Amino acid sequence: MVKKVLKALTGAECVAEAMRQINPDVVAAYPITPQTPIMHAFSQFVADGKVDTEFVTVESEHSAMSATVGASAAGSRAMTATSSNGLALMWEVVHIAASTRLPIVMNVVNRALSGPINIHCDHSDSMGCRDAGWIQLYSETGEEAYHNTIMAVRIAEHPDVLLPVMVCQDGFITSHSVETSEILDDETVKNFIGEHNGHHPLLKTENPVTVGPLDLFDYYFEHKRQQLDAMERAKPIIQSIFDEFGAIVGRKIEFFEPYMLDDAEEAVICLSSSCGTLRHVVDELRKQGRKVGLLKVRVFRPFDQNKLAEMIRHIPVVGVMDRSASFGAFGGPVFMEVRNAIADESQKPLTVNYIYGLGGREFTVEQAKQVFDELRQVRESGNPGIKVRTLGVRE
Amino acid sequence: MVTENHDKKGWKEIPIGGIIEEAGNAERYKTGTWRSFRPVHHPEKCTNCMICWVNCPDTAIKAGDVNSPDKGLVGKNDDPNLANFGGFDYEHCKGCGICAAVCPTKAIDMHPETEFLDKEGEE
Amino acid sequence: MVNLRQLAKKEERLGPGHRMCPGCPQTMIVRLVTKATDSPVVVANATGCLEVSTTIYPFSAWRVPWIHNAFENSAATISGVEAAYKALKKKGKIDKDVKFLVFAGDGGTYDIGLQSLSGALERGHNFVYVCLDNEGYMNTGIQRSSATPFGAWTNTSQVGSILKGKQEFKKDLTSVVASHHIPYVAQASPSNVQDLFKKAKKAFETEGPAFINVLAPCVPGWKYPSEQSMEIARLAVDSCFWPLYEIENGKYTLNYDPGEKKIPIIKWLEKQKRFRHLLKPENQHIVEKLQQHVDAMWENIKRLSEN
Repeated sequence: MVKKVLKALTGAECVAEAMRQINPDVVAAYPITPQTPIMHAFSQFVADGKVDTEFVTVESEHSAMSATVGASAAGSRAMTATSSNGLALMWEVVHIAASTRLPIVMNVVNRALSGPINIHCDHSDSMGCRDAGWIQLYSETGEEAYHNTIMAVRIAEHPDVLLPVMVCQDGFITSHSVETSEILDDETVKNFIGEHNGHHPLLKTENPVTVGPLDLFDYYFEHKRQQLDAMERAKPIIQSIFDEFGAIVGRKIEFFEPYMLDDAEEAVICLSSSCGTLRHVVDELRKQGRKVGLLKVRVFRPFDQNKLAEMIRHIPVVGVMDRSASFGAFGGPVFMEVRNAIADESQKPLTVNYIYGLGGREFTVEQAKQVFDELRQVRESGNPGIKVRTLGVRE
Repeated sequence: MVTENHDKKGWKEIPIGGIIEEAGNAERYKTGTWRSFRPVHHPEKCTNCMICWVNCPDTAIKAGDVNSPDKGLVGKNDDPNLANFGGFDYEHCKGCGICAAVCPTKAIDMHPETEFLDKEGEE
Repeated sequence: MVNLRQLAKKEERLGPGHRMCPGCPQTMIVRLVTKATDSPVVVANATGCLEVSTTIYPFSAWRVPWIHNAFENSAATISGVEAAYKALKKKGKIDKDVKFLVFAGDGGTYDIGLQSLSGALERGHNFVYVCLDNEGYMNTGIQRSSATPFGAWTNTSQVGSILKGKQEFKKDLTSVVASHHIPYVAQASPSNVQDLFKKAKKAFETEGPAFINVLAPCVPGWKYPSEQSMEIARLAVDSCFWPLYEIENGKYTLNYDPGEKKIPIIKWLEKQKRFRHLLKPENQHIVEKLQQHVDAMWENIKRLSEN
């Protein structure tokens, strides 16, 4: 019998609650704002004996990811969490975790990368490692981060996937804001994630394996080919886990979650907390008779280009929101994926990219309205004008 | 030795994650071909002290038992709980010469492989 | 004293077919150290000669579970493995006694991996860390590290008209580790087999972190003939450049004192072409400075061991 309780929790507390219920064997973490409240709460669970976890309070994020890799390769369920420069310091080992096919779950509380140093939200940290071989789930709310964290365990450990998963939520905006979240009972979560026994664990000493050998031109490429395949195979598996979990929580969970898209003349594609602002503005504009819509990206890696194309090909104009910049590229990371997904469609939207919210710059209702107004102009004129625009920055 | 590209396995045939499942399979890689000097053992000088064995970086000195045909002949050797000199693993010996250098009774000396070429023709 | 004839009856944990240079003593050290416990062992190996040469895919010379993660993080990696072991043991998923062992070079220990090592020591994980100190970045082509001795030639401490090899003294890493006040710290040499074996055995029997710094002469890096590895190591010990000592719960013990047989440092230097410029009369002041440094360090170890 599934029990659900409404609790007033921050996004960070939601994730800590998920971690308590997952009860991982090993958590290795290092402090960084705004991730720290996750570890504060989790440390309390450890101190109160509410989890059996070995909590390894390492001396750097590099060691956090390194110890997590060791713990996962040993055969245990291992988790960590970080933000921004912490993720950057882990960089090298983030790739190693994926190429070693270790089902690690890491919460990333998105924060702008230095420099100059900034502690507030943007997606430059997780977007920077979008090619590292991790599955990436983005969360609009604390409750979604809670859901994503629980589902991430199942996705990562699926025998046909065996890839690490990054669960992202917006620093401060989500991590530090209290909202009402529906929390499942412990038993339901425990049953949902199941037991973990590791894939070729080091601790199965009677069957000694060599993990992380020198892999030169003879086989490196074959191992990369396997990683490409795993990402592709993960797509239907992720959706089936979404469906299974969605039935428990009573929600439809998808790679791309549409809002008022069917008859939309202008739509915006966005990740994480800004979707809340955009949905509010869609409602307001709909009241004025404007046919506008929103598409929330929940899964950025693997990126399901076919599904996206199917959902947006009929819309005349699409604005793509990027909370990170790809310097010197044609638009931000989300824009590039969207353009790529629709490139071969005979009927496709005009697209405009908005780089917004860097370093925690507030994303306001006015900015959202401005986006929809500009998209209408593009539709009416049939001319996208400047395709990559910045939003909310002073001239 | 290294096989040609077409002999190598495809991406569907190898374990994921770069894991090597077969412990110690490097034994199939024959480093003995590197050797330019060959250690030669003289049982009449050997006490089976196993100092050569412990110092060998290539696990190329075998630990023999009481029936080892290569065992040293100096002193008492025939205790089943103790190893005797068990000969060289020429498939892996790289010919570094450490065994000859550390042998306290000079029961091993190094000879150029060319000496054996002459005797054995093709080796 | 371990009976080598008995030891030879035990299983090898690193097999042949690896591609270490002929005469490299590192694998001899690994073979001996891994025989010093009867428990299953999981090895974490930092990037370096040993790592690349023993695991060229699809071949591995290792007969025990082995993990390489990266260069600077072998101590953090073993921390995770050991934490997993504790967690799984607590949950009843594993019941055997398992030992955790790191092999890393001086680059991975003295330099890039020092933070990771320090963290793991401070946290008190139950593991043995063996530094294979070949006094430089030999795997990348002989560059100086903080373990390279004063006056030594490397590709990044060249001998020229003004500079004559490395300008700085070797970092005293064993003392740095000792400052963490872990239960067991030692220096050892492959030339002293009984001493090295005894230290490895003690390290495995230690509850908590244990560290052994083992000098590992390097044929191409130090530039001497391959059969001389053990002799070069012995001269380092007999010149007191590399004292054999151990620190058990803070108590220093000098394991070997050559006494009147202590040889001048030049006897060690002259065997290695990385020091050949020091044989020139105009560079004698460099040898003297190194000798003074070695003598001071030696006297210090002796003094610490007397208490």
